[in-house]
Amino acid sequence: MKNSAEVVIIGGGISGCSTAYNLAKKGVKNIVVLEKNYICSGSTGRCGAGVRMQWGTEMNCKIAKKSIEFYEHANEILEYDRDVEFKQSGYLLIADNEKEIEQFKKNIVVQHECGIPSSLLTPEEAKKIVPYLNTDMLKGAAYCSKDGFLNPFKTTDAFYRAAKRLGVKFNTFTEVTGIIKEKGRVTGVETNKGVIHTNIVVNATNAYSKSICDMIGLGIPVYSERHQILVTEPVEPMQEPMVMSFGLNLYVQQSPEGSFIMGRGDNSEPRDLRITSSWHFAEEMAKTIDAVLPPISKLRVVRQWAGLYNMTPDKQPIYDKAENVEGFYLAVGFSGHGFMFGPITGVAMSEMILGEKPTVDVSMLNLDRFRTGNLILEPSVV
Amino acid sequence: MDENTIICRCSDVTLKQVRDLINDGYVTYDEIKRITRIGMGPCQGKTCGQLVMREIANATGQNIKDVKFQTTRPPAVGVKLGLIAEEGRRNEE
Repeated sequence: MKNSAEVVIIGGGISGCSTAYNLAKKGVKNIVVLEKNYICSGSTGRCGAGVRMQWGTEMNCKIAKKSIEFYEHANEILEYDRDVEFKQSGYLLIADNEKEIEQFKKNIVVQHECGIPSSLLTPEEAKKIVPYLNTDMLKGAAYCSKDGFLNPFKTTDAFYRAAKRLGVKFNTFTEVTGIIKEKGRVTGVETNKGVIHTNIVVNATNAYSKSICDMIGLGIPVYSERHQILVTEPVEPMQEPMVMSFGLNLYVQQSPEGSFIMGRGDNSEPRDLRITSSWHFAEEMAKTIDAVLPPISKLRVVRQWAGLYNMTPDKQPIYDKAENVEGFYLAVGFSGHGFMFGPITGVAMSEMILGEKPTVDVSMLNLDRFRTGNLILEPSVV
Repeated sequence: MDENTIICRCSDVTLKQVRDLINDGYVTYDEIKRITRIGMGPCQGKTCGQLVMREIANATGQNIKDVKFQTTRPPAVGVKLGLIAEEGRRNEE
């Protein structure tokens, strides 16, 4: 392992790999990525893989739209010889109550201002898109055909391989044990395999971001929450879009391989970083699917798994640098949408580190907002 | 053995694909799984798991007992969602 680097990025998920790639592309030499497990082993590799522009805050809409525009050309831009498998088959957001329809209307105004082609649908119109949708309980839906999904493993792999070609060094199975600071600035990172001297550290550890920040005495208001997903046996193609509902607490999508992937949130989960499976989840998920999309309940579950959301108080990420410790940057707190924001995370962090003019102004997503109370709460997170 | 032999029958992955990935530095079961979908299908690695681990062991000089398999997750065998829902509703009564 190298004992010095210009930039050390902690975390080998989509955020870390994308940041490494963008910095290297802009000519930064000697970048090291530290990953305590293997590439894409954390939140990215456990995510639901959907990417959508249908958000409720202008900031999230803008970042998501830019990211999706990148994903449309990811194979070419990253010169990837495999395929990131990007499919724009839409997101159908269904609502079982009027309050949510009102929220959709507000969201769509924000989305249209950002140039996002979303629209409000009646239950009948929603049924045309997903014919076996049980519309008895539905009040309406929102739809955007540009939303979609892609393979999180291969997408991260594409960033990883592109970064590697540009000279970035990846140290997997290397765990950060401490961060060295002298006179108010970062000077090195301690790992289980030795020390690396550096003046710039990027915390891209999402679920574990708090413990990394604790190493320099920076308190951040985030916590990690377990979210679970299950996957069924594969069947012939029968569902185009991701079907999602905030009120019914559900997202479900048929993957290109034919299996259905579905998940839900549970804010009563213990906040202890566990990623074990629970039967409670399987049962609640099954009951919801049986009611909303009845034919899918005939499919067999082959596996369930879990991953961690890193939640912030307003459910928007933190892109910032520490105020009192020079050289310490954060791209954390993605609140369940780090994968969809991945391409822009790398762009935004590289611009921040190099002092360039921002492509997307993410200055609102600073740490100070939690102190000043300047929060704009994202209403649309499952 | 013919390198075009399919060793993962759920996802149609050949021995050659696995060997190429190992040569390219993807030397854990989970890394190979994430690129090829090996072990993600209905068999959950019950068919291919040992074969892939043997390839990793041979290529890296490890003893196969030291090669880590994927996390074992529920359910043990495929269960229909409708049955889980039915049991769930019964439990509520």
